[in-house]
Amino acid sequence: MAATTKSFWHRILGIDRRWIFLLVGIGTTLPLLFPVNLPVAASPRVKAAYQAVEDVPEGSLVLVSLDYEPDIMAELQPMAIAVLRHCFRRHLKPVILTLYPAGPGLIERALEISSAAEGGRTRNEDYVFLGYKSGNQAVILGLGENIRGLFPRDFYGTSTDSIPLMRRVNSFTDFPLLVNLSGSSIADYYIRIGASRYHRPMILGSTAVMASDYYPYLSSGQIKGLIGGMKGAAEYERLVGIVGDARHGMDAQSLVHVIVVLLVLLGNVALFATGGPKPRIGGGA
Amino acid sequence: MRFGPIVVTFLTGTLLIAIFFIPHHAAQETQSVILEWADIVYTFALLLGSLSLWAMHQKKVQQRGEGWIYSVVTLVSLGGVTFLGVVQGVAGGTVVGRVYNMVNAPLASTMFSLLAFFIASAAFRAFRARNVEATLLLVTAIVMMIGRVSIGEYMWKGFPPLTEWLLDVPNLAAKRAVALGIGLGAISTALKIILGIDRSYLGRG
Repeated sequence: MAATTKSFWHRILGIDRRWIFLLVGIGTTLPLLFPVNLPVAASPRVKAAYQAVEDVPEGSLVLVSLDYEPDIMAELQPMAIAVLRHCFRRHLKPVILTLYPAGPGLIERALEISSAAEGGRTRNEDYVFLGYKSGNQAVILGLGENIRGLFPRDFYGTSTDSIPLMRRVNSFTDFPLLVNLSGSSIADYYIRIGASRYHRPMILGSTAVMASDYYPYLSSGQIKGLIGGMKGAAEYERLVGIVGDARHGMDAQSLVHVIVVLLVLLGNVALFATGGPKPRIGGGA
Repeated sequence: MRFGPIVVTFLTGTLLIAIFFIPHHAAQETQSVILEWADIVYTFALLLGSLSLWAMHQKKVQQRGEGWIYSVVTLVSLGGVTFLGVVQGVAGGTVVGRVYNMVNAPLASTMFSLLAFFIASAAFRAFRARNVEATLLLVTAIVMMIGRVSIGEYMWKGFPPLTEWLLDVPNLAAKRAVALGIGLGAISTALKIILGIDRSYLGRG
């Protein structure tokens, strides 16, 4: 009997990773097919981000830099849609740009969805999409000096000088709020230049992995709010009062996290059942 | 041969640092000009990168190196998308826009999604209570994984506040220390380069 038990726990330790893949696959798929819409409580950081948008006077222009590509769109695209919908709902005028070459396609899609959901918004009247510009830090420095010089034309080829909205702004200082949704160190540049050098209120959205890097900036007041990962996006959706991809995705994320925790616990039980810590058994990740 | 680049680096570095702290109009104008130069350099860097990518894969195809067929795909994609982008533009309704939405976006998302499977498998094998430090890491990881998703609150009301404390106190303290260290390191490296002490960027030590 003891030999059988030992053999079972050994088998658990050396489990074929394809079984784990299968469990994760089921855990991801089931909640997406049959959503239960678990309620999401908003954290103080996301509430602060929401409030920063609420505090902007109606009709103001907001600089929105959406710096991500399709690899992390699962986290940042729902965030972008929620923030844009919030802006449109409050009759704010987002001036949108990206520092990622594969970003414009996602932004067009986000604008399409948010505009349609908020009753239709007109390009160059309710928002401006400047498109992509290479140069990261240099572009952000340039945004503090001469935006129309940096972007002589918008994404669709219209001269920015001819867009009435753009005549109202030409520098960071003309915007009452900066919004940066980023999956890279571009966020650091915006904090250093936009928020710190030009003293602009700024909210930041990042991937869940990166979010903890920006807590010091939040506590120092350099950023007003922080939306971290899909959870943050789901919280923002809740505050705006919409059910988007983030809130749907949270069901799947919840179940997969539970599966991973159960697997980790099972692995540790097996470890001690087989005689405690010793050199690893089983293959690679 | 090295004197020229070192002088250029010194002058550019000190000028840019000075400009950062001078709010005068003339200083800001100078910065705008330098930014335009940077923009031009970035554009040429993009061109150089594309040409380098082309040359590397072309060589691989010519020599029939391992996986050369993938290089053909890269060359066709690079050439085709660049040509169509220049001719038609890259907005939503164009061919490039459709390629982006139907090929690039799903492929990139799929590649990144695979991480979930590998992380789950890696977590199962790596999170083992082998010693005190590993046990601390294991417990923290479990609290964070459960406390940061919606279901955590259902399981125990204390999970969300506990995760908030972990993020706001130990995490924040460590991140601040790391950020300060990185900042000081960056300043010292920059000074070494500007003052010509570190010349490794010139090549050959």
